[in-house]
Amino acid sequence: MEAAKEQRNVARGIDIESMQRGPRVNLADETTCLEVKDFNLYYGSKQALHGINMKIPQNRVTAFIGPSGCGKSTLLRCFNRMNDLIDTVKMDGDLLLDGNEINAPSVNVADLRRQVGMVFQKPNPFPKSIYENVAYGLRLQGVNDRATLDNVVEKSLKGAALWDEVKDRLHESAMGMSGGQQQRLVIARAIAIEPEVLLLDEPASALDPLSTLKIEELIYELKEKYTIVIVTHNMQQAARVSDYTAFMYMGELIEFGATDELFTNPAKKQTEDYITGRYG
Amino acid sequence: MVTNNSQHISQQFEKELQDIRSRVLALGGLVEQQVANAMDALLTGDSELAREVISFDDEVNDLELSIDEECIQIIALRQPTASDLRLVSGILKTITDLERIGDESVGIAKMAINLSEKDRPKRNYRELQSLGNHVRGMLRDALDAFARFDVEMALQVAKEDRDVDAEYEALLRQLMTYMMEDNRAVSRVIDMMWSARSLERIGDHAHNVCEHIIYLVEGKDVRHLSIEKAEKVIRGEPLD
Repeated sequence: MEAAKEQRNVARGIDIESMQRGPRVNLADETTCLEVKDFNLYYGSKQALHGINMKIPQNRVTAFIGPSGCGKSTLLRCFNRMNDLIDTVKMDGDLLLDGNEINAPSVNVADLRRQVGMVFQKPNPFPKSIYENVAYGLRLQGVNDRATLDNVVEKSLKGAALWDEVKDRLHESAMGMSGGQQQRLVIARAIAIEPEVLLLDEPASALDPLSTLKIEELIYELKEKYTIVIVTHNMQQAARVSDYTAFMYMGELIEFGATDELFTNPAKKQTEDYITGRYG
Repeated sequence: MVTNNSQHISQQFEKELQDIRSRVLALGGLVEQQVANAMDALLTGDSELAREVISFDDEVNDLELSIDEECIQIIALRQPTASDLRLVSGILKTITDLERIGDESVGIAKMAINLSEKDRPKRNYRELQSLGNHVRGMLRDALDAFARFDVEMALQVAKEDRDVDAEYEALLRQLMTYMMEDNRAVSRVIDMMWSARSLERIGDHAHNVCEHIIYLVEGKDVRHLSIEKAEKVIRGEPLD
């Protein structure tokens, strides 16, 4: 039946598939990049994350949404061990990057952070030139060859959609750039060392709408090469940029699934109430 | 996911959504009245009433446009999601179907004017009346299902549509016999056929409204499916 239909369409030169929407993303078909298993986190005696289980797919954008204090930033920060800096934090359960335990004693934190880059809400360029900001990571690794650095700086700035705006003033201070440019510079700095994962914590919340769109466009391009996890309070932004969305509430993962499904027909009432702006 | 009954934090948004819901019901009430009047005019040969139906179509059209505009405003200003988004898009489709039902009543009213000038053998109209009652029942139930967001009832109406289609087929065969029996009746019977056709279309539109209700309540698209498949989709069972 289906085959006969297809034959008829081919004979008429009709390509139905190209007229229809591309395949929707499906979590079951994805390769897992980061995996969270039965993960709990405590700040002192207060439990901030409760039994989180999720598989974050490779080369996709995954958004964490939820009200303030729901634990989304806490979880994000676990992926490159930013919580190591807080003495009172205790964790149990597993966090795996490509199947390897992130919290294993053998893991070198500096290496981990090279693999898992992070960008924060407020742009934090170093008080150096644009060029030196991007080259910084490589210099730390001992790379000082001019040609290599030039090459990486150009590639990274192009990757962060900033090159055309700054190519004539690479050696001016980064502090003179606009907020949106600074944020893209920070992303260029993060991708200069070719990480595997990019964590973005509210990357556009301090930016004006146009700069925000540029960042969102950039995120769309970056997922070709990187796995991206973004925390955002802006639900429309999560809906626009992400392939998958996780909704968290009071330290629990309430719902995790394809973004288009979650925003049109969420499975849980708590998700529904949050994304439609209702009293819980 | 059943459509949400907790309140929005934004009272204004809450009010806007309730407002378009109640205006859809108002539009539904108008077209229900239009169908009823058109059928009355047809069955009693009341050309005055038929003209009233035709001129009242403007009101139906205006209400459709104003609800349409309000929905677009809500999409632009509120960016609704989940059940709110399904409500707004379901309403946009529902009002199109309701307006078309209005148009079909105008069609019936025009036939009523034609027929009022011709001789009126009573038995010819009985079946048309029965089809009309059936379709009006469907429309009333579809609007009730909308008012209560009642998926079960919507499915019932969808089932009714099959009976209406069968009744329509039977009526056509009967009308053809009338034409064969008496060729002076041809022009009158053709007008009756057009009226029957309009009633059958009203049934289809009521059926469509029910599909929109199922989508906006359940988030499941059951268009172009048989009733059996639609029931499976609603229960979340696999289609084979």
